[in-house]
Formats: sequence, structure tokens, C-alpha cells
Amino acid sequence: MLLIRRFEEKSAESYSLGKIGGFCHLYIGQEAVAVGSISAVRRDDYVITSYREHGHALAKGIPADAVMAELFGKAGGCSSGKGGSMHLFDKSVGFLGGHAIVGGQIPLATGVAFASKYKETDQVTLCYFGEAAVNQGAFHESLNLAQLWKLPCIYICENNRYGMGTSLERAMSSHNVAEKASAYDLASEFVDGMDVMAMRRATQRAVERARNESLPTLLEARTYRYMGHSMSDPGNYRTRAEIEKYQERDPIKLFTARLKEDKILTDSDLSDMESEIKEQIEQALRFAEDSPEPDPKELYTNVYANS
Amino acid sequence: MAVMTMRDALNLALREELARDPDVFLMGEEVAEYQGAYKVTRGLLEEFGPKRVIDTPITELGFAGLGVGAAMAGLRPIVEFMTFNFSILATDQIINSAAKMLYMSAGQFKIPIVFRGPGGSAYQVSSQHSQALESWYAYFPGLKVVMPSTPADAKGLLKSAIRDDDPVVFIEQERMYGMKGEVPEDKDFTIPLGVADVKREGTDATIVARSLMVPAALKAAEELAKVGVSCEVIDPRTIRPLDIGTIIESVKKTNRVVVAEESHPFCGVGAEISAEINERAFDYLDAPVKRVSGADVPMPYAKNLERLAIPGFEQIVAAVKEVSYI
Repeated sequence: MLLIRRFEEKSAESYSLGKIGGFCHLYIGQEAVAVGSISAVRRDDYVITSYREHGHALAKGIPADAVMAELFGKAGGCSSGKGGSMHLFDKSVGFLGGHAIVGGQIPLATGVAFASKYKETDQVTLCYFGEAAVNQGAFHESLNLAQLWKLPCIYICENNRYGMGTSLERAMSSHNVAEKASAYDLASEFVDGMDVMAMRRATQRAVERARNESLPTLLEARTYRYMGHSMSDPGNYRTRAEIEKYQERDPIKLFTARLKEDKILTDSDLSDMESEIKEQIEQALRFAEDSPEPDPKELYTNVYANS
Repeated sequence: MAVMTMRDALNLALREELARDPDVFLMGEEVAEYQGAYKVTRGLLEEFGPKRVIDTPITELGFAGLGVGAAMAGLRPIVEFMTFNFSILATDQIINSAAKMLYMSAGQFKIPIVFRGPGGSAYQVSSQHSQALESWYAYFPGLKVVMPSTPADAKGLLKSAIRDDDPVVFIEQERMYGMKGEVPEDKDFTIPLGVADVKREGTDATIVARSLMVPAALKAAEELAKVGVSCEVIDPRTIRPLDIGTIIESVKKTNRVVVAEESHPFCGVGAEISAEINERAFDYLDAPVKRVSGADVPMPYAKNLERLAIPGFEQIVAAVKEVSYI
């Protein structure tokens, strides 16, 4: 969680310096959702998510170097500079992107789970999206198919209360996301998305259901993003006071306090961790800076598979 | 060689490819138990079972996206759209997911999917069920678009499309499902994508026609031969990647071109072919490239109006005479 937090802070800085172009959607505040849930799956399980994906990518195992280089649009990026912040991919760690059309990843995830079942592996698929994506038809079509065909897909709604500048009260007739699963007879749970261990345990239950019964689950994780929708968002739709209120339950703060209380972590450990992570991020930055731009001929590569 | 309908040729291609590769599976509305809305998938459920031949709910965006996701994870889906009019609901997944995945992931995730079904006109099925969408899909780099016009072409091209590692939009024609022709029986008979076919050799004018317009073009050529005009009929077969080379070779020989299509003219495939001929063979043209296209209106229901909306051999004959100045 700390790695993600510091990485995102560095990304914000790099974006402001013009090193990162286009859109940059930061995950700060939501770390417990990705980290807790991904800690419950194997390397060969699949993760697929939206454009707010740096946290998921790092949690699933894409090296920070490759992610930063991708944000910088360099050849050393995990998508060779062809994808950018919204389209990180790494087949070797089961990270399937990085999708920029809201809700577009949901049918894809359903298909990935379909493939695992078809091939008779016990792999599961974690699919992440925001609460605003729940209003897309693609969400409903996917859940219907997943339950009907019994697919091992775990749908994780990161309810951070805002779809860009629109609060969920202005977007949804019914605010209870977890309950929407009942329309499809699909199992669901509401989880405290600021509690990394609660996320882990809820995901473990869903993973068991997926592996043992080949059935899907919808998890609604209540969470919050501190930064705007993207780096271009001035954030006029919410108050400073609201953000500060949610920050009182910051996931890293909560978990750190708990670990210290349980005597698993000392201040000295934490300080060591911060130093290590600082070095890791600095190295990622150097790697990104030093990595070359893609060769111009790469403009025309990988449009088709064999040319 | 065996004589069979286009429907049966497509059925045979599906059968052979399902038997050949266990990663290939077929899904769509009514493809399994109903035996296919147009019977193209008749008998496949019985032969291959419900794991390989799958009835979907009416959920185009969902099942198209599911297909693309399954392809990302290593399967080779064939997704049937009952008609391509319904594919419009799935365009986000075809265009934003299937077409772009290989590029965005820098080659990590290929999408060996086939989206197939009938496109273009049928008989009095009105505006929402009669659309020819090939130029839409051909617009996007990352997609391949194929349109067979004979049973043999249908079989060979569909097998190639299924074996192809890229997303292929395979547009059949409902009016042609009953058309009969000779079809090679070799289980490995395939026709490469991106290669046009000279359906009739000639010297005086080139007619480029696809799908439903190929029989009309051939009939026009017969009529024109009676008045001493020798037409070469070229069927691109694959719209994207387009075999413009074969077309240009013909233009260099005949110096006159008519493009025949049932689709609307504006921003159509005919417009693209015309532009490319202009760029590559302007000096060889003795007349502007002439397009014979479907009427630029939504398809009407009334039989007489529908007949007016779809070009026939008469319009192609008139167009060839026009570019021949006779």
C-alpha cells in the first residue's frame, strides 16, 4: 500500500513536470482495495481493471520501473510506450489492462473467467470498476452471463462515491451496489474498502466460491479517492472538509496502527520501509528517464498479429 | 469437389474448424438448439455439444465482450451476430477492445476472434435490419473485414478467418445463403485473407464488386459482352486488408472502372477504392471511377421501393457504358 501511495505521489509530481502526458488517474486513498484483494489470489489468476490502474498493476506484480516508464511513454514501459497510464499490460503476471471505456473491462473479465472454466483450470478473474460503471449496460449484461453460465469471476466495485464530478446520489436511483447482484441471483458482499484485511478476507471468500463452485461474486468496497478524478480535475464538487473526514480512516494509517498495536511493526520498521520504497521509486524514475522513446517504426507494429 | 449452398459451405467450414481445434467455440443467439436463425449452424450442437456451441441471451455487448476476453485468455471464439445490424450494440467491444488490444498491449494480447453473420439487405426487413456495415468496420486498423460471394469463397475464407490470429469481421449475405456452387472438399482448403479474385477476365472495363453485387456484376458483364464490351469482374473478397494491387493491375489494362456495392455511397468501400485508384493509377484512367451504390436512404419496407434501393445488373451495365462513353 505504501509503495502504491508513494508511487502515485511521484506520478503526480512527474505529471506536473510534464513528464507524463494525457490523462493520469491516481489511486491515492483506495490502496486497500487492490492490495487486500490481490493478496488473496495467485500469480496465475487474472486481474483486469479500469484506467485508474497503477495500484492494481503494482499489486499484481508489474515492476515499478516498467509502470513508470510506461507513464513516461518510453520503450521500457510495460506496454512499450504504446498504451500509457490507462493501458498497462503484463501477461507474465496475469495483468490484463488497463481499459479506458467506463465498464468496458466488465464483459472482458467475464470472458477471461469463461476461458478458465472452458480450459478447466481453477484460475479466477478479479475485475475492478467504480460505482459509476455500474450504471453501464455492460455491467448488467456481464453479471447476468456470469451467474447464468457459472463463471469464476469476482466483480469488485470500488465505490469511491464519485464518477468524475458526479456524486453517486446524482447518478444512481438506488445507491446499494451490492444489492444489485440480487437481480441476477448473484452472491454479493459489502466490504469496508479502507480496511485491507477486510478486503482480503472478503476476496478469499469470493475466491473459494469461484474456485470450488465456479460461481461469481460482486463485492462492493466502500472507499475514497483523495485526489481528483484525474490530474486535470480541480475538484470543485466536494469540500476539503469531506476529504479530510475520509482521510481519518486512511487505509495505510489504519493498518499501520493495527500492526503496531499487535506488535508486528515498529516505528523503526516503518522508517526502513519508507526508505526502501523511496529508493525503489527513485530507481523507477531513473529507469523511466533513461529509457528511450519508442523507435518511430513502432508506430506501425502490432496493429495485426503477423505483420 | 461437391456442389452445395453457401449456407452449407459455411456450416462445413465451422464443422471442420471446430473439429480441428479444441480452442475454437461458437456462440450467438439461437445458434445451438434452434439450429441457427438462418440454419448456418445446423447440426453443430449435436455434433460438438453445449460446451463448444453456445446459445446466448440477447446481450450483444455482453457476449461480444465475453468473446474478446476469452480470446485474451487463449481461446478462439466465433461470435455470431444474428444479423450485423445487431452488432451495432457490440461496437464498443469490437472497436475499443478487439481492434486495439494487440496494439495497446504492445503485442502481448492477440485477439483471434471471428465476428460473423449476415449483413446488408434481405427481403423487406426494413431499415433497421438491412444495413451494410463493412465500411464502418473496415475503418479501424486492427480489424480485418471479409465478404464472401460464392460457396467456395465462403468456406475457404471462413476457415482462414477462424485460423487467423486477428479479429475478423466476416460479413455474409442472407440473400446468398441459398446460392449453389462447387466447393472443394479438402479439410485444409483455405483461401488467404487479403487476396482478391478475378471472377471474370476482360479487357475493356473493370467492375469491382463484392458480396451481393458479384452475381449482378457477372450478369452485367454477360449483357455487355453482347454489345462488344469485355468486362473484368474483380471480387476483393477481403475488404481490409484490401488487395488494391489486383484492382490496379486490372485498371492498367482496361482504363475504366465501375465499383458496384449495395451499401450507401457516402464514406463507403467504393469511395475508398475510388480514392486509391485515383492515387495509384490516375494516368491509366480514361474516365472517372464510377460507383454504383445502394440508395442513400434508410431501407424502405415496400417491395417496389426496396427494389429501387438496391442496385441491379441494369445499373451496372449503364455505369459501364457511361465510363466507356457509349
